[in-house]
Amino acid sequence: MTEIRSEPFVVNIGPQHPSTHGVFRIKVTVDGERVIDAEMVMGYLHRSMEKLAEERTYTQNIPFTDRTDYLSSMSNNLGYCLAVEKLAGIEVPPRGNAIRVIMAELQRLASHCMAIGAFANDTGAWQTPVMWTFREREKILDLFEMTSGARLTCNYMRIGGVAFDLPKEFEPACRKLLATFPSFIDELHGLLSENEIFIARTRGIGVISAEQAINASLSGPMLRGSGVAWDIRKADPYCGYEQYDFDIPIGYNGDSYDRFIVRLEEMRQSVRIIEQALDGLPGGPYRTEVPLALRPPKGEAYARIEGPRGELGYYVVSDGGPSPFRFHIRPPSFINLSLLKEMTVGGTVADAIVVLGSVDIVVGEIDR
Amino acid sequence: MSAILLATEHWWDLRDLSNISREILDFLRDVGPDWLAYVVSPLIGFVAAFLIFVLPSQLFVGVYGERRLIGRMQSRLGPNRVGKFGLLQPIADAIKLMQKEAITPRGADKWVMWAAPVVFVAPAVLVWAVIPFGPNMVIADIPVGLVYYLAVAALPVLAAFVAGWSSNNKYSLFGAMRVVAMAISYEVALVLGLLGVVLFTSTLSLQGIVEWQRAHDIWLVFLQPLAFIIYFISASAELNRTPTDIAEAESEIVAGYLTEYSGMKWGLFYGMDIGYALAAAAFGSTVFLGGWSFFGLEKWVPPWLILVAKTHLFYFVFIWTRGTLPRLRIDQLMALAWKYMLPLAALNLLVVAAERLWWHEAELGDGIVYLFAAANIALALLLLVGWARVLGYRPERVPTRPRLVKQAGGYVPPGAELGGGR
Repeated sequence: MTEIRSEPFVVNIGPQHPSTHGVFRIKVTVDGERVIDAEMVMGYLHRSMEKLAEERTYTQNIPFTDRTDYLSSMSNNLGYCLAVEKLAGIEVPPRGNAIRVIMAELQRLASHCMAIGAFANDTGAWQTPVMWTFREREKILDLFEMTSGARLTCNYMRIGGVAFDLPKEFEPACRKLLATFPSFIDELHGLLSENEIFIARTRGIGVISAEQAINASLSGPMLRGSGVAWDIRKADPYCGYEQYDFDIPIGYNGDSYDRFIVRLEEMRQSVRIIEQALDGLPGGPYRTEVPLALRPPKGEAYARIEGPRGELGYYVVSDGGPSPFRFHIRPPSFINLSLLKEMTVGGTVADAIVVLGSVDIVVGEIDR
Repeated sequence: MSAILLATEHWWDLRDLSNISREILDFLRDVGPDWLAYVVSPLIGFVAAFLIFVLPSQLFVGVYGERRLIGRMQSRLGPNRVGKFGLLQPIADAIKLMQKEAITPRGADKWVMWAAPVVFVAPAVLVWAVIPFGPNMVIADIPVGLVYYLAVAALPVLAAFVAGWSSNNKYSLFGAMRVVAMAISYEVALVLGLLGVVLFTSTLSLQGIVEWQRAHDIWLVFLQPLAFIIYFISASAELNRTPTDIAEAESEIVAGYLTEYSGMKWGLFYGMDIGYALAAAAFGSTVFLGGWSFFGLEKWVPPWLILVAKTHLFYFVFIWTRGTLPRLRIDQLMALAWKYMLPLAALNLLVVAAERLWWHEAELGDGIVYLFAAANIALALLLLVGWARVLGYRPERVPTRPRLVKQAGGYVPPGAELGGGR
C-alpha cells in the first residue's frame, strides 16, 4: 500500500467571507480539517480616526467615536465624554448620569443581541437566532431613534451630559420593552443554551484559562467567561453605577459556551439596571453647559467604561488648545483578539469560526 | 395485484391515474408496433410524475413553501411580492437564474465543471421511477426497488464531489471532501437500518412493502422506530440539510462545492437538492409511513394524494429542523455515524432477525406484530438514551447558567463561595 501524501494548505477566511463579521481576515493553514496555524490580517477598515481627531475640536470628535465600534455607539460616546470631562474637570448633573446609564445599558442589550445572533449563525443555526435577536435589537434602536434621532450612530452624549432630554414617550416605551425582554432571553436560552448541538459545538472550544486571559489583558465577557470576576462598573464605577444593584456573571472553563452564557446573563443584569435607573430617574438639568470650543487645561486623562465587548478606554492629551494633542482608543475587541491564534490552532476550521464568533469583534473598532 | 385494485378501470377515475396511461398504451399497441409502446410508456410515466408531482412540489413546496415557513419561524415574512402571496417567486427566481452568467473560473476544469450539474440532475429524476403512488401507479415496479433507490440516490454524491474538485477552489475542495466522507459514513448505517425493514416484509419491492403494511394494518415506523430514526438522520445527512449541512456550511466554507457555481448551473444544484429531499421524504413515507395507504382511507381518497400529503409532512420536518438547529462539526458527525448509529443499526438488525425467526418458526399469526411494535418502541427508546450514556453523554452535568458574583475581584475558582466578600 502506498502512503497517502498530504500537505498543509492555506485557506483565507476573509476579508470576503460570510462569517468574518466585517472585513477581517484570517490566514489559516490547515492539515485536512485541522488548523495548524492561524495568522490575523487586519487594517482593511483603517480610517485613521486617532489622527483625524487631532485636527478637530473636542465636541466635533464625538461623531468619530460613533463610527469606531458602530454596534455600540452610545458606549463609545460615553467613554470619550468621560475622558474629556476628566481632563477638563466637568461635573455631570445626576439626571445626565442616569440617562447615560440607561443608554449605555440599552446599548449593551443591542450589542449583545447582535453578538449572540452572529455567534449562533457561526455555529450554523441557519439564520433563526440572528433574526430573533435582530427583531429585539430593532426595538432598542427605535428607542435610540426616539431620543437621539439616529439608530446606529447616535451621537447622543455630550461633554457635560447628554444632547437632549428624554422625550416624554420614552419611559413608557422603554418599560414596555423591559417587560418583554426577559421572556425573550428565556426563549434564547431554550433555543441555544439548552440545545445539544449548540453545546457540542461550543463547549471546550477556544478555551482560555484565567491566567492566560489576565496576561493577555482581555476584558469583558471574554475575561468573565474564564471565571474572573472583573467588571469596571463594579471595580471603578462611573456615572453612578455604584447605586445600582446587579451581579457579575462569570463562566466556568473559559470556552466559547461560557462566553455565550455570560453574555446572555449580562443581558438580564442590564435589564435590572435599566429598571432601577428608570425608577430612580432624578429631575433637574441633564447637561452642564460647556463652551463649544472647549479648551481643557494642559494634561492627560484616561477614562474607561465597561463597554459591551470589554474595557473601552479613551486616552486624551491636551496641550491647552481647542483640539486634543493626542487621542487614543483602547478598543476591547482588538485586545480580545490577541489570543485568537492560541484559541484556534489545534481545532478544526469549523471551530475557528466559532471562536471568532465568540470573541465578538467589530472591525470598525479593531482598525479604527 | 388486481385483487387489491381499489379504483375502477375507467380512464377518468382520478383515484388511479395509471388508467389514463394504460389507455394510451393499449391504443398504441393497437395502432403501432410493440416497441413503440415500450418507448412511450416510460416517457409518459416520467412526464406524468414530473408534471403532477415533482415539479409543482419542488417549485411551490420546496422553494416557496420552505422559504415561507422558514420565514415564519424566523419572525419575518418570506417571499410575498411576486404574484398573489408571492406564489410566483420560484418562477421569477428561475427566470433570473437563467439570465445570469454561469461563470467558469480560470483554472477550473471546464468540461467537468459543466458536466457536474448534469450528472446531478439525472438521478433526481430517476429515483422517482420506483416510488409507488398508488396500487398501479408506479413507473417501474421492479422487485429490487429498495436497492435501486439506494443506488441511484447515492449518485449525486459523485456529482457533488466532481463539482467541488473541478472548481479549483479551496472551499469547494473542502465541501467535496466532506460530502464524500458523509455519504460513505451514513450510507452504511442507512442500509443496515433498512435491512430490518426488509427482514420484516421479506420483499425488496417498494410496492410490496406498502402492501405488507396494508395487509398487517400497521406502519413500519411503529415496528421499526429505531430504523426510522436512523433513516431520518442519515437521509438529512446525505441531503446536506441543517443540522448536517457541513458540505455547504455557509459560515465555514462559504458554499462548499457550490462556491464557484452561478446562474442556472447553480440553480440546477439548488433545485435538485430540493428534488432529492422530496424523494427522500417520499421514500421514507413509502417505507415507514405506509406509502399510499392510510388504514382504509385510500378507498375514498386518491392514494397518490395520500402519498403527496405524507411526503410533504415528512418534508416539513426537514424544514423544521433546518430552521431550528445549529450545525454539527464534521468529526462529531462522523462519530455520530460510526459510534452511535452503526452499532444501533446492527443491534436493531439482530433484534428484528430474532423476532422474525420466532414469528415464523412458532407460527404466531399476524396479531403478534402489535406486540413486536410495543417491544421495539420500548427498546428503541432504551437504546437511544442508553447508548448515548454509554458513550459518555451527561446533559445534567452541563451548567447552562453562569455563576453570579456581587463584587469585582480576581479569579473565582470552581466551587468558591459566591456573592461578594472577597
